[in-house]
Amino acid sequence: MTVDTQPAIVGTTAVGTPRHHVLIFAVLLGLMLIAPFVLYPVFLMKVLCFALFASALNLLLGFGGLLSFGHAAYFGAAAYVSAHAAKVWGLTPELSILLGTSAAAVLGLAIGALAIRRQGIYFAMVTLAFAQMVYFFSVQAPFTGGEDGIQAVPRGNLFGLIDLANDRTFYFVVLGIAAAGMLAIYRIIHSPFGQVLKAIRENEPRSTSLGYKVNRYKLAVFVMSAAIAGLAGATKALVFQLASLTDVHWSMSGEVVLMTLLGGMGTIFGPLVGAAVIVTMQNYFAGFGAWVTVLQGVIFVISVLLFREGIVGVISRWIKKPL
Amino acid sequence: MFELLGIPPQALFGQLLLGLINGSFYALLSLGLAVIFGLLNIINFAHGAQYMMGAFVAWMLLTYLGVNYWWSLLLVPLMVGATGIVLERLMISRLYHLDHLYGLLLTFGLALIIQGLFRNYYGVSGLPYSIPAELSGGTNLGFMFLPTYRGWVVVASLVVCFGTWFAIERTRLGAYLRAATENPSLVGAFGINVPRMITLTYGFGVALAALAGVLAAPIYSVNPNMGADLIIVVFAVVVIGGMGSILGAILTGFGLGIVEGLVKVFYPEASAVAVFVIMALVLLVKPAGLFGRTA
Repeated sequence: MTVDTQPAIVGTTAVGTPRHHVLIFAVLLGLMLIAPFVLYPVFLMKVLCFALFASALNLLLGFGGLLSFGHAAYFGAAAYVSAHAAKVWGLTPELSILLGTSAAAVLGLAIGALAIRRQGIYFAMVTLAFAQMVYFFSVQAPFTGGEDGIQAVPRGNLFGLIDLANDRTFYFVVLGIAAAGMLAIYRIIHSPFGQVLKAIRENEPRSTSLGYKVNRYKLAVFVMSAAIAGLAGATKALVFQLASLTDVHWSMSGEVVLMTLLGGMGTIFGPLVGAAVIVTMQNYFAGFGAWVTVLQGVIFVISVLLFREGIVGVISRWIKKPL
Repeated sequence: MFELLGIPPQALFGQLLLGLINGSFYALLSLGLAVIFGLLNIINFAHGAQYMMGAFVAWMLLTYLGVNYWWSLLLVPLMVGATGIVLERLMISRLYHLDHLYGLLLTFGLALIIQGLFRNYYGVSGLPYSIPAELSGGTNLGFMFLPTYRGWVVVASLVVCFGTWFAIERTRLGAYLRAATENPSLVGAFGINVPRMITLTYGFGVALAALAGVLAAPIYSVNPNMGADLIIVVFAVVVIGGMGSILGAILTGFGLGIVEGLVKVFYPEASAVAVFVIMALVLLVKPAGLFGRTA
């Protein structure tokens, strides 16, 4: 699959870490360290979780060329598993999140193994259909609480020591998780594995003829993406002390695609910007009911018709540097 | 009363009929998707929303203007199809030179807009649309009771499906269409206006969805979300059937509806996921789908 409007992807050819990337990461991290003293920490945690979720999707879509329209399945399944682990089994938060992430990885392995048998838009449809299967499972399974979801999940004590009930304390933990996830994605993209992914995205038959086991690479990146999406979902469940059907519904999958598209597919910082914009919009327009959906639809249409590079993609073109 | 595998026959045939009804809608919708995909190479994510629009426009015509069901059956596909033509001209036609993925994303955005607008004005609680007098009542077949309207839906959708199949596979116009999917520039060189044909095809596909919506209005309650969840099942139907084939879309649609009905009799908890389990199995054995031409 070729995604032909993305000059920003050129950045992945550079081996080693460009200096301006280090600088941007440092500035972002600095800003995020100050942010909870200025803005509401729960809102910021939501932004961080969705930024990580969108980055996970972008790893698959922007760098692997695979459009998954069912990423809510991993996000939501991880949320349920970690919420259940924390509430019913009484596990510590780090173990609950780890368990949720692993569950998402296993689910990603099972669905990915089947989905990579089809390409392009079929792939998108298959991932969407499987995600719907996870949704129906979540409606009916005995431990998910049906329509109510799993509520009042305890945040617990990190490593049994640090009390996470305080929003600001928990914020720094979430920041650590999101930063670690982002760096992991950055390392994956800039590794030899990432170079092979790029080759597969650009020309799959040629990569096959060069001797790469194309499907193994695709499956590997699918599982990584699912696991990181799960990490985001598990963290989100503990932040909001809630795992519900919203997390697994297909509109969530659409939302995360929108974040990636708006920020800039195939850019490193795009998903962060996209997530921040969409989450902010949802927070401020929450009172307008279904108009938020309409507005998201309008943004989708405008992004596709006029603005395919996304916000960061456009900036990247202006300053002629991969972001 | 005799029993079949421990299931009372009324329940069995009742669910089979329900499956056949659902199958009619799967078939009509996946047929519309297949027609659009065939020529435009676009997965029309707005198909569910356009089906919902069909039901709503029929309801509006009846409530505000007193237009009856039979006129709706004719007018609604024309009206909703016309909105499809406008969408194709204004937006979708700008994406043909891009990756297919953008068509999917654009129509997804359109679906959000359409559903959001209807939700704003009509809420989510659902509006009733009564069965036309000519088709109310039913017949006792001895082993089960057949409501006339349900029988009518199955027959009507069979007629429409096979009419479409005939038009595409057996007529000259259909031959042009099929040729244009293979090589649009060559067909254009023969003096056929390919862009107009593409526009009309999209309009026709949308009209099929709207027709399904009118047929559905008296059975299900008319509400803004009625297409949203259905469309994903239809996607699964399309993956199972294989996108290459019109006949595949029709047969798989009806077949899966019936299978779903049967599952509901024997193991009700699994009926919602049955289609997706079948999809997983088909992907394992035959990734191109049951009737698909290419892998």
